[in-house]
Amino acid sequence: MGLFALRRIGQGLFVVVAATVVVFLLTRAFTDPVGFILPLEATEAERAAREVELGFDRPIIVQFGDYVEDLSRGDFGESLWQPGRPTIDIIGQTLPKTLKLVAAGMTLAIGLALPLGMIAARRPGGLLDRVLVTISLIGLSMPQFFVGLLLIIVFAVQLRWLPVGGYGGFKHLLLPAIALALPAVGRLTMVVRSAMIDELNSQYVLVAKAKGLPTRAIYTKHAFRNAGVQVLTLSGWEITRALAGFTVVVEKVFAWPGFGFFALEAIQRRDIFLLSTIVLVAAILVVVVNVVIDILYKLIDPRIEVS
Amino acid sequence: MTIDAHDEGVELHDLSSVSGDELALAGISHHGRTRSARVRELIVELWHDKAGFIGVCFLSMLVVSAVFAPLVAPHDPRQQDLVNRVQPPAWSDGGDWSFPLGTDGLGRDVLSRLIYGARVSIFVGLAVLVVAGLAGVLLGLLAGYRGGRTDRVIMRIVDTQVAFPGLLIAILMASLIGPSIRTVVIVLAINGWMIYARMTRGVVLSVKETDYVEAAEIIGCKARRVMWRHILPNLAAPITTLAVIEFARIVLAEAALSFLGVGVKRTDISWGLDVASGQDQIFNSWWLVVMPGILISLTVLSVSLVASWLRVIADPQEREKRFAATQIRRGARDDG
Repeated sequence: MGLFALRRIGQGLFVVVAATVVVFLLTRAFTDPVGFILPLEATEAERAAREVELGFDRPIIVQFGDYVEDLSRGDFGESLWQPGRPTIDIIGQTLPKTLKLVAAGMTLAIGLALPLGMIAARRPGGLLDRVLVTISLIGLSMPQFFVGLLLIIVFAVQLRWLPVGGYGGFKHLLLPAIALALPAVGRLTMVVRSAMIDELNSQYVLVAKAKGLPTRAIYTKHAFRNAGVQVLTLSGWEITRALAGFTVVVEKVFAWPGFGFFALEAIQRRDIFLLSTIVLVAAILVVVVNVVIDILYKLIDPRIEVS
Repeated sequence: MTIDAHDEGVELHDLSSVSGDELALAGISHHGRTRSARVRELIVELWHDKAGFIGVCFLSMLVVSAVFAPLVAPHDPRQQDLVNRVQPPAWSDGGDWSFPLGTDGLGRDVLSRLIYGARVSIFVGLAVLVVAGLAGVLLGLLAGYRGGRTDRVIMRIVDTQVAFPGLLIAILMASLIGPSIRTVVIVLAINGWMIYARMTRGVVLSVKETDYVEAAEIIGCKARRVMWRHILPNLAAPITTLAVIEFARIVLAEAALSFLGVGVKRTDISWGLDVASGQDQIFNSWWLVVMPGILISLTVLSVSLVASWLRVIADPQEREKRFAATQIRRGARDDG
């Protein structure tokens, strides 16, 4: 187990290093960072001056050396939009808000999908199953921003029950969390359902039925344990996807000041350093979630091997 | 009567390339059905899967109206009409049938914009499928067939990139390159090729050990020929299903990127952009957000329905399951 965890963490570190290199190359080598920062009407002289000022005129390998050295000291660079302010400072302020939103959304998604999927799996092809499958399919087809805007139209504009957006307590959190959760509920319900159907059709469930175990025990103790492995993987996948992109959309719709919202601000303010710090931090978070899920996975099912 | 060698299964296909004798091929064909018969069978099967049928119908309608947009659309999608600004949909109070789904803040016809917007979604979807699919299949073939170091390097890249925050890196790339349809295609193709590579490699690894591939190698076929003529045809069914599912994901991703303002140009017509511009007027003109939103959802839903139908017909086991399920249901109905 210890060896498994170590190897998995090693793989995770590799991904983080790779992400650092990719973000560096994307922002310095493959695209024109000065062109991104300066307005279109900037003159050649202005461009050259800015290039020297930001150190972009040096050889790429020297720049990379400096970049890595700074990162190793925990220095992620200064914001261009708020000069003098370290980008990591902005992350420290916005990340907890994003984590709050993702935690709420994903708790809701998993909490709804587990019972719904299990109910649907009880009688595949039955009326309840077909209704649930239809609803799930509709849910997973709706983009998060559309779900969010629909919720705003109904609950904020028409009924005036909840605020249109902004950061705050439970009332502010509710709609964005639902918008983030709904498509995930659709996808996860389908996964729980099909995993449960497969398990319920297996030999060991037949044996359990034959020896007279109560249905509830068969469901919770036998079938769900085995279906859980698949469900866990897909839940982890949903969490990483929420962290690595869907929050950006939801945060924009509800003006929720998390790091996704600030990523868009950074694009608007042409703050390339803040943007790359956000992507880097998101990459680290995604790796952490993946490693944790894989280790949990191993705890549930010791047969799994690291590839 | 034409016999389609490609559709006749792998063994026959192999015979044709070994013997090169078309007559022998026709003689051996154990079910020499014509293409039209196969198509007819497919349509019958599609009719049985009502959801898949509806999906195909909706998508055909969408494609036709996108292709013939200038003929179908009631108005020029860019034509501003300041007299008829923010008209609600025709069926609600103050609506007018000359603007069936209403108009936006500049008096542009919502329905016409949706019809033209379908062009961007469909084009981006297909272009990304082709670029990402080609790259992924090629690299997957190479990894699976060559093995060894090639395989390790390619698969390491795939595994690493899969663990990246995909959409955020797409947003970063798109904002650096600058908004345009080409940007969206590049960014989403880079974002999505890995899944094809993985699947292709898996299929290649399982097919590589079969007798007919070994036979082809023994009689001296070159590696490229073995890959293209003997291994590649096995990929047709799984890749088609995967491509359809990916199409849905791409339509959603394009809409999201455009909604965030890093996708297509502001002057392009795209569903995601229309939702973004409608967001500012959400308090008094809900239809500006709801109409494109519904269309995106319906498109993705139809594609998912078609994908699940394809998965069933491509997989004999699934097919059997479905057959059994209908029989059981029929039996239950007769009993009750």
